[in-house]
Amino acid sequence: MNWPALLLSLKLSAWTVVWLLPLGILVARQIAWRDFPGRAWVEAAVALPLVLPPTVLGYYMLSVFGAATPIGQAWQSAFGRPLAFSFDGLLLASILFNIPFAVQPMQRAFQSIPREVREAAWCSGMSHWRTFLMIEFPLAWPGIVSALVLTFAHTMGEFGVVLMMGGNIPGETQTIAIAIYDRVQAFDEHGAAAMSSLLLAFSLLAIGAVYVLANRVGRPRE
Amino acid sequence: MSSQTGLEVGLRQVAPIPLAARFGCEAGELLALVGPSGSGKTTILRCIAGLNHPGEGTVSCAGAAWLDTARGINLAPQRRSVGIVFQHYALFPHLSAQKNVEAAMAHVAAGERAGRARDLLQLVHLSGLEGRRPLQLSGGQQQRVALARALARDPAVLLLDEPFSAVDRVTRRRLQRELAQLRARIRVPIVLVTHDLDEARALADRMVILWRGETLQEGPTAQLMARPATAQVARLLDQNNLFEGRVAAQRPDESKTLLAWLGYTLEAVHAPAFGVGDAVSWMIPPECVILHRRDRPSAGENENPVSGVIRECVPLGETTSVALDIDAPAAVPLAMSLLTHHARRNRLAVGDRVRVTLLASGIHLMPPAEFSSARAADKSAWRE
Repeated sequence: MNWPALLLSLKLSAWTVVWLLPLGILVARQIAWRDFPGRAWVEAAVALPLVLPPTVLGYYMLSVFGAATPIGQAWQSAFGRPLAFSFDGLLLASILFNIPFAVQPMQRAFQSIPREVREAAWCSGMSHWRTFLMIEFPLAWPGIVSALVLTFAHTMGEFGVVLMMGGNIPGETQTIAIAIYDRVQAFDEHGAAAMSSLLLAFSLLAIGAVYVLANRVGRPRE
Repeated sequence: MSSQTGLEVGLRQVAPIPLAARFGCEAGELLALVGPSGSGKTTILRCIAGLNHPGEGTVSCAGAAWLDTARGINLAPQRRSVGIVFQHYALFPHLSAQKNVEAAMAHVAAGERAGRARDLLQLVHLSGLEGRRPLQLSGGQQQRVALARALARDPAVLLLDEPFSAVDRVTRRRLQRELAQLRARIRVPIVLVTHDLDEARALADRMVILWRGETLQEGPTAQLMARPATAQVARLLDQNNLFEGRVAAQRPDESKTLLAWLGYTLEAVHAPAFGVGDAVSWMIPPECVILHRRDRPSAGENENPVSGVIRECVPLGETTSVALDIDAPAAVPLAMSLLTHHARRNRLAVGDRVRVTLLASGIHLMPPAEFSSARAADKSAWRE
């Protein structure tokens, strides 16, 4: 068992979730409730990582964030470390790649809240922030949890983007999915099997939890 | 009009829904916004609450401007002191009845909220159900929670959007009675949106008749029902006995106006606004059409006697609805209602020839209808 790779995957997943919780809620609420020009294109952009081969996303990320690009150089001078082939780059790739997994369940959860319920909150004197905390967030909570569990599990298993953007640096950017690939390449059947079974069990648990929550969300409220 | 305690509303816009509405509601008064679906009732209510933003207009309550497009004032719903009961209540489904009410009490000290909420739930007869969530309550109970929540904010105006439409008839009657009783305890303007004329008649002090976003008439309920300003308002108020006639003579000394109609000359209450020879629309409520007894003549039969043949005779519980075809070149239907036992005693049946009196006090003259073909369209609009 490659413990450093497993720990790195867990760390990457956790940070991806931490970033996508507020970002996802922000985007999901806008798409769920606001009607603005180009909304369909925003939704399409959110869904894009679902259909895009991970290598394509990885390629574009390297061309935008690579060490020779302006953004890559700005990052290097600001933080003293490169963006590509580092944990930071890995995290950025992971956040972008997980946007649909985070946003779509949240969007559905927010859409299921009747507009009148939010209006009733405003007419009860609640500020928009208080309405979010007391009404929207609790009502969307099962959807938000689904989004976070999906994001976490998907990050644990992500391979293509992680390999393209992070390379395969043990202890720095080698995640468990890449480590499994490494073990198979090295004919270490035993090591690959142990890690694969762990990932399989974890994924099954995560998806199971999502379905349990989704059933709760789907139940009529009123 | 300006008022230190009441609500004043003036709204105007072209799109998305045309609006041209102006009315006021005093503290303690219950005003019904009445009109068929699509007449803009709910939109107007939402404009008062700050949930919709009209093209131009003013909304002020208790002397405070909530909306004044000319001065760039447009307060958010949170800053307008409104209590609103939505048509489907819009309760917070994850909170108990108690917490739903407490949620509207940000202005109350935290320690006092629980007690105040319990008092309000008691006021709407929900004691003992404080811990239940909306889904565990019946429709009528949910409506009561919504009312308690609306009152929890100590609103300066109470807005009710078809609040009785989602409950059964028995519950509706009870809730309506409770609202009537509650009014004695809350001295704020109450605006009720309804498409149910009976409900408006039973609950409202005054009515505003709306048609495609426009205020057609505003006035005390009884006066408005008996004296609509135009034939269109009469149609919207479901007055079936609406006819065209001509002023035959004016007798101001006798307080009478004589009306020529289908060869009859009818006496009506003096209507000085019309000149002799003017074409008019006129109406008479069904309860002002009195059946003559067949067995013996009685007093008052000389008042506007009209004869016809019964075309329809439908007992509806205590009253029976009767339609006559008046004797005239073209058969004109006249509706009347009488007590069912009365109809039985007179052994009324379809095809019978009867005589009726049209009470002069019930005949109301209006300017001639502009387009009589609109009648069918107006009526069908009520059926949603």
